[in-house]
Parts: sequence; C-alpha cells; structure tokens
Amino acid sequence: MATRDEITAGLAEILEEVAGVNPDDVAEGKSFTEDLDVDSLSMVEVVVAAEEKFGVKIPDEEVQNLKTVGDAVDYILKAQA
Amino acid sequence: MRSASAPATGTRIVALGHYQPARVLTNDDLAQMVDTNDQWIRDRVGIATRRIADNETVADMAAAAAGKALAGSGLTAADIDLVAVATCTSVDRSPNVAARVAAKLGINAPAAYDLNTACSGFSYALGTVDHAIRAGAARNAIVVGAEKLSDFTDWTDRATCILFGDGAGAAVVGATEEGEEPGIGPVLWGSAPERGDAVRIEGWRPYVQQEGQQVFRWATTALAPLALQACERAGVRPDEIAAFVAHQANARIIEGIAKRLNLPNAHVAMDIVESGNTSAASIPLALSKLVERREVPSGAPVLLFGFGGGLTYAGQVVRCP
Repeated sequence: MATRDEITAGLAEILEEVAGVNPDDVAEGKSFTEDLDVDSLSMVEVVVAAEEKFGVKIPDEEVQNLKTVGDAVDYILKAQA
Repeated sequence: MRSASAPATGTRIVALGHYQPARVLTNDDLAQMVDTNDQWIRDRVGIATRRIADNETVADMAAAAAGKALAGSGLTAADIDLVAVATCTSVDRSPNVAARVAAKLGINAPAAYDLNTACSGFSYALGTVDHAIRAGAARNAIVVGAEKLSDFTDWTDRATCILFGDGAGAAVVGATEEGEEPGIGPVLWGSAPERGDAVRIEGWRPYVQQEGQQVFRWATTALAPLALQACERAGVRPDEIAAFVAHQANARIIEGIAKRLNLPNAHVAMDIVESGNTSAASIPLALSKLVERREVPSGAPVLLFGFGGGLTYAGQVVRCP
C-alpha cells in the first residue's frame, strides 16, 4: 500500500511521462487542467496509468471529479483500503 | 443441395477506390463558426482539414468510390453479384444505398444490402462479403464504406463539429485461386453494448454525440488485444504487419492503440489529418490512398481495425492488392 507521499510522487512520474509535466510542479493543491495544463484526453491516460501503478479501479464517472492532484491522491488512498 | 456458385476456400481484395468531395473545410474556417482554433484542434484530435459534401448524397459518393474500384479490378459490372454498403448516415431508408450504387454502376440483379455498425462498418461488411463468397452465395462483391456525417453534425457544437468529414471508400472482393492463400483473414468482431450510448446518433433528425473521455479510454485500452487476436486468427505475427489502418477517429487514439499493439514494421495510416473522421468510410479511404501512393507493397499484410458507435468493433488482416 502506497502512502500519501508515495502516491503524489507516483502521479508526478505519470504526469511527466504522459503530459510532459515538470515533476517539481506537482503538488496536492494543483489543478490538473488549470495549473498543470493536462487536457481531458491526457487525463484519461493519467488515470489508466495510475490504475496500473497503484492496483486500483478508477471508473469513468469518477474521472471528472478528480480536479486536483490532492483529489486523485485521496481517491487512490481510499480505493487501496 | 448445392451452393448458388462454387464455394471458395478464400477471398481477396482485388482493387480499391475512393471518393472525397471537393470542398475543403480547414480549422481556420471552423474558428469562424465556433469558438475554437487551429492549434487546439491539431493538439486534441490531429485533424487539419476535412472534406464536406455539397450536393453529393451518400449513394453518389459510394457509387463514385465503387466505380473506381471496379475500374481498377479488371472486372465488369456483369461480374458483380453482391453489393454491401456500410453506412450510418443514409438519410433515405429505401431504396438502400447498395441498390442505388448497383443502379448507378449498371450491376444487374446483385444481392444488395446496407449494414450499420457506425465506424466499424467497413470491417463488418468486408467480413460478411468474405463469408458470402466462401459459402458460395456470391462470386464477386463490391464492399463500400460511405458517410455524409455533415448531415448529422451540430455545427454549433465545438466539441463535435471539428471532428467529422464526408467521403467513401470501396473494395472489389473476389475468390482466391485454388491453392492461393486467402487475402482476407478471419474477422474478429464484437461490441460493448453496455457502453453503447458513449457514441450515439439517436432520435429523429439527430446529431452525433459522444462521451469523449469514455470513448478514448475504451479505444486506447480495450482494442489493442482484440486487434492482436485478429492477427492471430489470420496466422500473421505482429512484426509481419506492413501497415495498420485503424478507424480514423482521432490521431491520439490511433497512436494510443498503435503503441499498445507494438507493430515494429507497420506504417500507421494517419489519413485523419487531411480527411477528419469519416466513420465507416475512413478505413477504405485510408487503405485506398495507401495503395494508390504505393506505400505498402502488393501482397503485404495490412491490419484493419474499425471501432466506434454502438460501441462496435471489427477487424481483420488483409493482403494489400
């Protein structure tokens, strides 16, 4: 089970690979679309990669609720439990 | 009992043809109509231009493509006894498009049917034609994908109106010679009906609507393993595939599927850039252009894979004519 910090770091790696986001810019308060410039299709790629990395399921209808990195960390933590 | 004609052990694509309307609609043109811009469209869907029909109907475009394929095949109208048209945008319910194509080309008394599985239609229709010839129900067929999506586009919706184009592609299919390897591999076909509403053209006088993220996820995760099954069924290894012609839905979907497929020697068709998404017409259109430009050698295996509305999918490996 990944910790909060490990999940944030893991998401930073994914964001760099999928959307070319600088890992130093990734923090819980950052919005995927507004702050990190991740478009709606890249967001799907982030979600698919996060499912594989953390062994969780993130259904289609949940994706739109993940506005910030913190939202995604919260969801993955809960889904791991 | 006997078959109508001798059953064949295999079929092949004899020739291809395509037709696109003359009018080019650019991203800058669309920026005059809705709040969008060239860079945004190129980044999200990879489309630069699309062709839009003025007076041409689906049947006009289908017949133009079919006529070119027939002319290139060395056969005549008298040799054709089956016409199958994949389309989801024919406004008229009857006569069907296949009958109109047959009438325009002077094909006498063929079996003539339309088939609607939206964007996967060409691979479905090619599958049915392959089966018909192998069963002895037909000798030579014309199979067409033709769409006039501009009739079903909400030109005030910037999320969808940037995507679509009009056009048609066609193939003449005949039996292989005795002892010759089949040129059309077994079709791998199916659907995800529980998520069918993700792409829809529903109701009376409808527009295309879709859940973009849901479709993107399905297409980039679920389809590559199915396309590989189509290769397996044909007995062709991924590294032997010379070209991958997917439904031209979105450049990022095509890239996503191609990445997962890992076809090291395949040219990946990207007709989407100049033609947009033409639904059932996109695969025969892209394949016909590849052959016309001689980008794939004759006889080389090409993986076709259609997917979309429904959510349906179908694909097969074919030998390039």
